[in-house]
Formats: sequence, C-alpha cells, structure tokens
Amino acid sequence: MTATDAVALTATQAVDALARGDLSAPELFAAYRERAADEELNAFTWVADEAPAAQDGALNGVPVAVKDLFCTKGVPSQSGSRILEGYRPPYTATVVENLEQAGATLLGKTNQDEFAMGSSNENSAFGPVLNPWDRGRVPGGSSGGSAAAVAAGLAPWAIATDTGGSIRQPAALCGIVGMKPTYGAVSRYGMIAFASSLDQAGPLTRDVTDAALLLGHMVSADPRDSTSIGLPEAIRLPEAQRLDGIRLGVPEELSGEAEGIEPGVMEAFERTLRVAEELGASVETMRLPHAEHGLSAYYVLAPAEASSNLARYDGVRYGLRSAGSDLVSLYTQTRHDGFGPEVKRRIMLGTYALSSGYYDAYYGRAQKVRTKIADDFRAAFERFDFVVTPTAPTVAFGLGTKVHDPLAMYLNDYCTVPMSLAGTPAISIPNGLSEGLPTGFQIAGPAFSENAILDAAHALEGAIGFDGAPARAS
Amino acid sequence: MIDREQVLHVARLARLELTDEEVARMAGELSDVLGHIERIDQLDLEGVAPTTHVVDVPNALRADEPAPSLPRDVVLHCAPAVEADGFSVPSPQA
Repeated sequence: MTATDAVALTATQAVDALARGDLSAPELFAAYRERAADEELNAFTWVADEAPAAQDGALNGVPVAVKDLFCTKGVPSQSGSRILEGYRPPYTATVVENLEQAGATLLGKTNQDEFAMGSSNENSAFGPVLNPWDRGRVPGGSSGGSAAAVAAGLAPWAIATDTGGSIRQPAALCGIVGMKPTYGAVSRYGMIAFASSLDQAGPLTRDVTDAALLLGHMVSADPRDSTSIGLPEAIRLPEAQRLDGIRLGVPEELSGEAEGIEPGVMEAFERTLRVAEELGASVETMRLPHAEHGLSAYYVLAPAEASSNLARYDGVRYGLRSAGSDLVSLYTQTRHDGFGPEVKRRIMLGTYALSSGYYDAYYGRAQKVRTKIADDFRAAFERFDFVVTPTAPTVAFGLGTKVHDPLAMYLNDYCTVPMSLAGTPAISIPNGLSEGLPTGFQIAGPAFSENAILDAAHALEGAIGFDGAPARAS
Repeated sequence: MIDREQVLHVARLARLELTDEEVARMAGELSDVLGHIERIDQLDLEGVAPTTHVVDVPNALRADEPAPSLPRDVVLHCAPAVEADGFSVPSPQA
C-alpha cells in the first residue's frame, strides 16, 4: 500500500488493514510522521523521531496525536504555556497509558490554547494554529492543534480535553468528529489541570466509528483519580442506520437567534433536523430555561478552579524560573513572565470571584446555577432521548478578529458549556458547510448514554454524507 | 466597576506581577466579563443546593497501603535549581 493510500484510511480501516497484513505499523507511522514533521498549520509542538515499539493490542500500532497537556514521560508537555518550558514529565497520563497498552503509538504532541483556556488556539506559547479549510482562519480551541491535525490528515486521530467545549467546538470548526464523555468516564491523572470539576478527555476523529473505537480504549476507573468511575457498559462500534422512535429536543435557548448564532449555521442545523426526521426521529422544540446562564456560571467556576490549580506554577519545582531577589518576587516575576494574557485574565477573574466578600455573590451563586442547569437536563431527558444544537454559533472566524475581545471569544462556548456544567456526554459531528466552511451538529444525552449517542451520530453521519477530503488535500 | 486598586489587590492575592499597562487593561476587561456574569443576579436561587461535583460518587476510599513514590533524583531533575537534595529558593527575608 502506498503512503497516500495508507493516510486516506480512517483509523478503524487502518487497524483492519494492519490485521490483514496489507500494511505494516512502521509503514503507517512513517507515512504520518512525514506529514506531521513537515506541516504548515503549526498543529504539532513535538513529533516523534521514530515509531516507539507498539505493545500487542487491538489498535495494532496505529499512531495517535496527543494534546500537549497530557503528561508523556520524557516528552515535552507544556500545556501550551511558556511557564512549563523545558518540562519533560517523569510519568505518563493514564489515558495515554491506556492507549499505549491497547497498541497505539505516540505520533506527537499537539498545539493548544495555553492551559486549555481559549476558543481559537491563539493563546498558545507556540503561536496560533491555522484551519486547514482556510489558513486565514482559526481552527477553534482549545484543542485546535489536535483538530487541525486530524482534519488535515496529519494524524489518523487525536486525543484532547474538553472543559467547556474544547473538543466539540474545534471539531465543528475543522469538519471532524469530537466527543466529550460523561464526567468521570476517563481518568484525569496526568492531564495538566485547568478546571478539575469540568475537565474530561475525549477523541477527535474523522468519523463516528473512529470516535467510538478510540473512546472505548480511553475509558477507565483509575485509582489515581478518585473522580474517575469508567462507564457501566463497554463502548460498542456503532452500527445504527436509522433513528426510528428517537425523540430529539431542540432547546429554544440554544438555537434560533440566540446569542449570535449565524443564519448559515442555523440553516445547516435545520437541514440536519429534516434529515433526522427522514430517518424516523421526531423533532420538537423544548426549553432548557437556565441554559442561557451557562456561560455566566462557567466563567466563574472554571476561572475559580483554574486560579487554584495554577497556583502550583511558581518557578520552584518545574518549568520556567525568573530571577527574584526574595521568594515572593521569584513567584510573582516567574508568573508574570510565564503566563500569557488570557491565563492571567482568568487567574485574576477566579481569584476575584473567590476573594473575601465576593465568594457568595459569584462562586456560591454560580454553583447554584450549575444545579439548575443539571436539573434542566434531567427533566429534558425524561421527555427526549437527546438534546440537539448547533455546536458553535459561527463558522471558523479570522485569525486575530476576536482575540482582543474576551467576551466575544467566550460566546463561542455558548452551546457547549451547559453540557459541561451538567457533566453529560455530547458529540459534535460534521454538519455540512456554510460559506464553504464546516459547521457542527451537537448531540447531547443523559449521563452514561455514550453508546446511544454514538449510534444516533452514526446514523446521521451516513445520511449527511459530509466529505472531509478537501481539508486533507490542502 | 473594577478599579485599579482592586486589580492590584487581586494580583497580590494571585502572586502575579502586572505591568501598569496590564493593570489598566485588566480593569476594563474584568469589568466587561463581570458585567455579563452578573446576569445571574436575576435568578431566584433561594434554597437551591450548590453543585460541587456532577456525578454522584460517595467517598472514594482505597486501602491505605504504602507504595513507592517517584525517586527523589527523578523529581529534582525537573526543577530549575537544586541544592542539597532539595529545591533551591532565595530566602523569604532577602
């Protein structure tokens, strides 16, 4: 098989080709390594020189790209930040270890917004990532490097993390599949923390079948993360072609003209709703009365948790150290030099929200809003199998157009944040083009409904018939 | 809404040195974001329990058994300055 043919395969097809002997693992690795080492999107921060020996396992040596924030032993892991310059962790994240034990090999580390804070990948110490559909535009964030790498065929698939939409939104903007599992399905051990009550790892892939295969090998209950519980049933490869009897709820608050959803994005969304009906689903408008307050709650809770998690970066134990005449000035100067503008902004926001006199007004109230949003979803899932929305309000926007307006940037997460707050699983699948650029269709289900979501996504994917090849040819 | 003094106070709490330009910009940006966040003031949240954790997990207990930690030299290898088998820092009183 030629390198071009090998790279054209989905990861699942590559696993099968390797099993049949049509392709060898070193050939496949070399084909991707050549592409990843010579790319112009700035998707990778580090690429392996040669294929590590694959362990025997179901993935047969198929390589995987890994978001920079996963600790990988002896390999640079900076979470896109200058403050972790030179850090090569002495241990590997559980999720990466699980994949290696299943026979995957590490192709490289991918670019991201610093500490996963951002929706455009412009907040990276390694510089912005370009969208393979249009290099003047952002790939989304924070997992922009992982998404661009998969969309452009620089990697067969990738893993990333989602705190408020950081897998789903870049999947939508790059025309690929991205899934955030139920909170607790995967271990956070070795993931450089952003907001611990929200962070979850998940797959970014070319199709839904690949997402199921990759997620299935990521999941585990890990004694090293006491919030990880795994999933009650194993992930199956989806086969559904129909949606007969499936009830889809379309929340008024997260569709229509709410919070700047572009008309082209809404048109693509409504087209897919009609496709769902043709496949046998019922579609009904419903309400998630508190969803519109999701962003407000999120931008208290996530920065508050981040301000605490990021207190560890002080120039003492790892990474960057700036000169200081005494201990406190060593801390403050290291943090001044090492953190970028968005991280500083969120540390300040979180510290303010947790400070004496403001705690109840901000953090306490945001935690109560979180309860109301989770209750909204619980009520919705008594009447509907899934809640569906556009994944992101807009198509990929121009580099530099929102980076100086934090509020405009935060609105990218409007449709993805509510599920993060509720801890429920959600997938984004490619949903056709608007203005020549990809849009995403988000399917959210109750906690632990991963298999049902993947089945529905698989049926819709077949009927939508999205072609991602143009991004791989670019 | 957030003034220069408050920015400096919070920066001190966060152990973050900011330039004058950063202080000025931060005051405006934080005010904008907090203005949006304050929309939750409209909600009646009387009697609502706060959510700290979304998945109902009771205490996750494990047996208290000793296990090896990372070797000292491996951990110190990551540090920017090391002295006498420990992390080296300037004196707090310097």
